[in-house]
Amino acid sequence: MTIDIKSVAGKRLEISGETQVLVVGAGPAGIAAARRAREAGAEVVLVDENPVCFEMMGESVPQIWGARMSGAVRNRNAMTEALLEARAALADLFEIGVDVRLGTACWGLFANQPNMGWMPGVVAGLIDETEGNRYLQCSQVIVATGRRDMGLAFPGWDTPGVMGAGAAVMLARLYNALDSRVAVMIGSTDEALLQALDLADAGVRIAAIVEQADAPVGSDDLTRRVEDAGIAFRLSEAPRGVIAGSDGVEGLLLRDGIVSCDTVLLGVGAVPMVDLLHAAGAHARFAADRGGFVPVLDAGLETALSGLRAAGDCTGIWTAKSADPEIAATEGRIAADAALVALGLESGETAESLAVPAVATVDAGEYRKAWMRAAVVEALEEMPVCQCEEVTAREILEVRPPRYLKVPPKENETRKLSEILAEGPPDPDQVKRLTRAGMGPCQGRRCREQVQALLALQEDLSLGAIPLAGYRNPVRPLSLGDAAVAEDPQVTEHWEPWFGIPPQWAPLWTIGDKYTVASLSTTEDYASE
Amino acid sequence: MNKGASVVVIGAGVTGLSTAFWLARDGVDVLVLDRSPVGREASGRNGGGCSHHFSPLFPEEQRLWPMMDELLGYPTEFVPHQISISMSRERQHLYRRTVESAARHGFVMEELDAQTVRDMVPLAGDNMLGGYYSHFGGKANPQRTVQAYAWAVRDHGGRVKQNVTVTGFERAGDRVSAVLTDQGRFECDHVVIAAGPQTSNLAAMLDVDIPTRAARAEMIVTEPLPLMPHTGVDGNGLYGRQTLRGNLAYGGGPHEWVDTEAVPGGGRPSSPVAMSIAQRVAQLLPKAAHARIIRNWAGIIENTPDGRPVLDQPEPWTNLTVGIMSGVGFGLSPASGRALMQLVTMRRCDFADLSTLRLDRFSDLEPDWDVLQGWTPIQRMAG
Repeated sequence: MTIDIKSVAGKRLEISGETQVLVVGAGPAGIAAARRAREAGAEVVLVDENPVCFEMMGESVPQIWGARMSGAVRNRNAMTEALLEARAALADLFEIGVDVRLGTACWGLFANQPNMGWMPGVVAGLIDETEGNRYLQCSQVIVATGRRDMGLAFPGWDTPGVMGAGAAVMLARLYNALDSRVAVMIGSTDEALLQALDLADAGVRIAAIVEQADAPVGSDDLTRRVEDAGIAFRLSEAPRGVIAGSDGVEGLLLRDGIVSCDTVLLGVGAVPMVDLLHAAGAHARFAADRGGFVPVLDAGLETALSGLRAAGDCTGIWTAKSADPEIAATEGRIAADAALVALGLESGETAESLAVPAVATVDAGEYRKAWMRAAVVEALEEMPVCQCEEVTAREILEVRPPRYLKVPPKENETRKLSEILAEGPPDPDQVKRLTRAGMGPCQGRRCREQVQALLALQEDLSLGAIPLAGYRNPVRPLSLGDAAVAEDPQVTEHWEPWFGIPPQWAPLWTIGDKYTVASLSTTEDYASE
Repeated sequence: MNKGASVVVIGAGVTGLSTAFWLARDGVDVLVLDRSPVGREASGRNGGGCSHHFSPLFPEEQRLWPMMDELLGYPTEFVPHQISISMSRERQHLYRRTVESAARHGFVMEELDAQTVRDMVPLAGDNMLGGYYSHFGGKANPQRTVQAYAWAVRDHGGRVKQNVTVTGFERAGDRVSAVLTDQGRFECDHVVIAAGPQTSNLAAMLDVDIPTRAARAEMIVTEPLPLMPHTGVDGNGLYGRQTLRGNLAYGGGPHEWVDTEAVPGGGRPSSPVAMSIAQRVAQLLPKAAHARIIRNWAGIIENTPDGRPVLDQPEPWTNLTVGIMSGVGFGLSPASGRALMQLVTMRRCDFADLSTLRLDRFSDLEPDWDVLQGWTPIQRMAG
């Protein structure tokens, strides 16, 4: 059979090694999955990007750290030790022979599917300081990447000290490296209330919990616990600015008054981290009762891509799960059991049963839209919703070209989104390409959910009616220099900028009347440009 | 009932939209249909190159690009001229071929020594031999250009309907009388099919055989870097540019033949080829090696057997025009759209000889041409 030597056909992907099971993420779900798989005899690699290096943390990777990391995070060895101390179950995995890699990021997963067939199996792109960039071939992958915090724009939200509520808990609990004494929480969901209690327990004084609604939206029980802990609610309120000093936030300006604090915690939404899965080609669906877009999974927690599974917070976040890590751990074991069956190391069904979210008392979609209205739409001044590319809400909704093009605004101000773009729900990817919102170095981690909520608000649609803005590999930024990776010499030898179809680049005056494959010269030197 | 149009264009990529733009600008009642938002496929995902010296449309491409922002009324981010950096003797040889080809049309490429290249391209390094400065060509922003066409069509009274899938055609003798869609029927006096990888399937509904196969190609983009004095820089086996925002956006390397239409609208996954591209960008612009890749992506491109476009009016139809650009559609779009407009309104093109782009050049093509050329999806090779 003829092979197009300019194509990937017949070219090897140079892999650095193979494993039966790769687990991505060393939280409760990932640790439980790795343990179960290893105890059943599987070869298991567990990677976690944490501790992330200081420079990356400065760029909100993978959380909105808000520059409230203490100096301790500059010492990665100490960070690793702190992490192992905080997660004793993780240290145990070394004992049973799991290949645990901390500080190793998985920046991409690749699996064959329609429109891609040259992968040797499921392949993970991994990078760290010791071994550099490489590909690991895996029979089964369990993604347990957890959660991140929804961003929320208000004037001054780019000031050091404005950070994700979950990010603050990670710094405090995993690394003992949260540089904050007095914080204000924005949002009063069950997750936010649990985080406020957790941080208070870790020694941070919670000066207030700010809620745009006229009552806390979290459960009565958690609300009572928060009040018992002496934390005050500021209801029917919204941030209007920050008081900033040389070290960032010194106070939060509300509609009515100022609260002194050194940290503002973004707690309006805990979002499943589906970036790796979605970029790999797994389907996602919006589930308000699971905190946003979650992967579509079968009973074995497998995506439509064979061998690619998910467990833990990245498959959904709800109150009971946030309160009890055992629910995520159970998901990890269920995914591992299914992976073991697929590997032929176990037969029969898992003994565990999957928890499902209880009926939510608050619709996360409506709640996020309400926050966008209170904080962004009703703000008295314009500020960037996308910090990287400095795009405001108005620029997003009018689909304005980016400012660096210096073009005068067109009549789009008076047009509805449906007139500017198309009938049907506005597509955040289209908005992204035209306004650049979400196209910056933070890869949309801070603005993605805000753009979704803005578009839904503008068109009076439910949050889930707006499609997910696509995630792209690499889901963690890696430098051109660091990206270098072993390559099949065949790739090097036959590299072409474009297809290398012989007559495509032939001078016009040499083109014959009829084209047949047989008419192609086999001696001439063809190459594309 | 749907309002039909004098001309219905199927495909809201650059070729279809440009055709519609030129028609609408001439006062023709035109409607563009697409199953997706505008420019969703290759039209919005490419390297933005505007220089195709091997095409009969080359002179018109060069004439039109510098005026497109003004003609369309929206920014395309077109930046004229380009620098090609030579990293090897072989490439230098190929560039000389381009010099000759461009010269035949009266366009000049100037040879640059390594130091001059470094002065013009501050991110370049000591690892290159020199380069060429093209006093023609240039680069534009694909997504912005697509949208500019679409908005210009609207501003000239044309219509663009997105998220509509064409399901068939209604015939009346040697005429196509209506386009059938999942949202009803659109009557028309003339149909243009310019739907990239789907053109063949659509044409087949009218018993017209346009041989094409589709493949995936990939690109990467870095975080923004300070703007270089010249942003249209490529070489080292890459195509692409520095965007006006400062990002380095490049593509190249092995493609993969795929069965795209088996899953219409399916995913466009990127593959590890992206890292091989990254490595070459770091060689081309060594002083940018620290820049972080923030995104890579893939697109699906249709190719004819000889890789050259088809702009034609296939028999036996008297009111059907097809435009398929075979992977060189973006840059040529101002010219290809104008050529297609002329085919629709005058049945001939008065500014370019389209004889090398006729469909009947494939009349003697081997039936198994795709297998002979190795254009077989890997899964099918494995059987």
